[in-house]
Amino acid sequence: MGFIKNVRAGALVAGIIFAGAFACSGTATAQEPIRIGAFLSVTGPAAFLGDPEQKTLEMYVERINASGGVAGHKLQLIVYDDSGDADKARTFAKRLIEQDKVDVIVGGSTTGATMAVIPLAEQAQIPFVSLAGAVVIVEPVKKWVFKTPHTDRMACEKIFEDMRTRKLTKLALISGAGGFDKSMHGECLKVAGGYGVEIVADETYGAGDTDMTAQLTKIKATPGVQALLNAGFGQGPAIVTKNYKQLGLTVPLYQSHGVASKEFIKLAGDAAEGVRLPAAALLVAEILPDGDPQKPVVVAYKHDYEARYKSDVSTFGGHAYDGLMLVVDAIKRAGSADKAKVRDAIENSRGYVGTGGVVNMSATDHMGLDLSAFRMLEVRNGNWALVK
Amino acid sequence: MGQQWVQFLAGGLTVGAIYALVALGFSIIFNASRVINFAQGEFVMIGGMSAVSLVATGLPMPVAIAGAVVIAGAVGLLLEKFAVERARKADVVTLIIITIGASILLRGVAQLVWDKRIHALPPLSGDRPIEVFGATIVPQSLWVLGVTIAIVGALSWFFGRTRLGKAMLATSHNRLAAQLVGIDVRKVLFASFGLAAALGAVAGVLIAPITFTSYDVGVMLGLKGFAAAILGGLGSFPGAIVGGLVLGLLESLGAGYVSSAYKDVIAFVIILVVLFFRPGGILGALKSERV
Repeated sequence: MGFIKNVRAGALVAGIIFAGAFACSGTATAQEPIRIGAFLSVTGPAAFLGDPEQKTLEMYVERINASGGVAGHKLQLIVYDDSGDADKARTFAKRLIEQDKVDVIVGGSTTGATMAVIPLAEQAQIPFVSLAGAVVIVEPVKKWVFKTPHTDRMACEKIFEDMRTRKLTKLALISGAGGFDKSMHGECLKVAGGYGVEIVADETYGAGDTDMTAQLTKIKATPGVQALLNAGFGQGPAIVTKNYKQLGLTVPLYQSHGVASKEFIKLAGDAAEGVRLPAAALLVAEILPDGDPQKPVVVAYKHDYEARYKSDVSTFGGHAYDGLMLVVDAIKRAGSADKAKVRDAIENSRGYVGTGGVVNMSATDHMGLDLSAFRMLEVRNGNWALVK
Repeated sequence: MGQQWVQFLAGGLTVGAIYALVALGFSIIFNASRVINFAQGEFVMIGGMSAVSLVATGLPMPVAIAGAVVIAGAVGLLLEKFAVERARKADVVTLIIITIGASILLRGVAQLVWDKRIHALPPLSGDRPIEVFGATIVPQSLWVLGVTIAIVGALSWFFGRTRLGKAMLATSHNRLAAQLVGIDVRKVLFASFGLAAALGAVAGVLIAPITFTSYDVGVMLGLKGFAAAILGGLGSFPGAIVGGLVLGLLESLGAGYVSSAYKDVIAFVIILVVLFFRPGGILGALKSERV
């Protein structure tokens, strides 16, 4: 027992020192800070998600505190790195809830990590805003779980909508073997019928494949193909785009939001000209028309992020921005960090303008985005252009 | 339908030539030491990534290629000096495990030295597709095929005509006997790593415009190159070429006529079949001794 007592005493002392250090860092307030917990994939294979997310959260928590905090309280951010491991995510979420006693969780870079934590958040009855993509997070609706990013189903719908305006109905699909690719492939098949789109070819390629001419030749020989959609991520879509040009294919080529970055244009070069893809407004902040409701938000975020971290802004960091701001907005409206009140306030978010789109939450929709969150882009002269 | 199979052939040859180049590196080190060097794919990666960063500093393409080959060769020599040579008393399996460790280390270091992004190199002679019998092929593929053939020629001259080459060949046949006639077996092993790494770098530079390059590009290329080397007969240079091309063609035709989802399965099933009925590979010597 003596040992445990010592540990407890040690923890208490450490806690006092930590709290002291924290109080000194800002102007001391008598009130308790509002604790925001985050578990993010800052390292590991999903680091491209977690890294900008962490930077974004840190920067804006600092800013909010500098301007007086939220509802009279300072914010305290507690971040753990789950390195893309769902088991670790679960452990850290448990720690956030039980030891750190956070008031709300904003985190979960990957769908896997998010899904592992959902039962904990539901059980502890703590508001949880996820930053991961898949539809399953909010479908079916879970009382305490929300998410900020758009879904791959919406990307499919956006593409099919564009096909409809171009009067294209016969689509050839080519997709990779990764999780993102497969999920989007499945969602596209599910919603194609609703848009009158018929899938006439369905090809795949492996993770490290270096040449997709065989698959594309097959598609080229398939009668009636009017458009080509590549659900993919990483270098695969760039190779598909190059092979598409090499084979002299002329049907319109659609890529997914998974390659919505300048890197894709750089890799695919000339072959990328005319390629269309759905993407978040953040990517084209500067060329948005002035009347666009999202323009001030995305331009400000892009400017802040790039000025501070000297690296290109990504939509993933934008998801974290939206998550934090939704929570802050909800706490303001709730007037306190009371978990049930904050949850209700998040669910009642209407017309909140974020980097991912205009958010209208409801009891049946815990994401609150519609297709206007995506912009259809086309590559023109080595740059993005908005498709009207 | 007529021109469809021509395109499958063209695609298969392109990929096959890439596999063949990687397979050659496996064969060189295997000949000198009986070790299967699983870091061969990483040499390919180092070649590609070095060339990308050298080009980015503004160096002309030929200088960047030479620089990349030198860098990768140096890494190969260092690997031999500090990892393989220190464990030379260990048996072959231990050495193979060392190369696996080295490949993980090199990937990690590459993440730090460079980044985790995907990079492209400009092609050597434009990217306007060439039409052959109704199929299209990018000029870079011809470069890959041509250089592969040239390298095989150079290697057979090296091993058949030069002192060091003959010494390496002798070592591969009988290490003890080679030592007895005064060949420095350690030097041979040292040289073979440098040579294999330089060769891997050439492959990495040549294929980067087609496949792009990133810190982890070596994993899959290494695996496919290894499969090609096994298929053709480990240790045989013509075998590496044949194995690479056959593997590339199988993948391409499999994806075209059977199903793209089973592409890799088809290739690896054929390899199993070949190994079952001809354990030495297509062009390998039929040895009774099992390694």
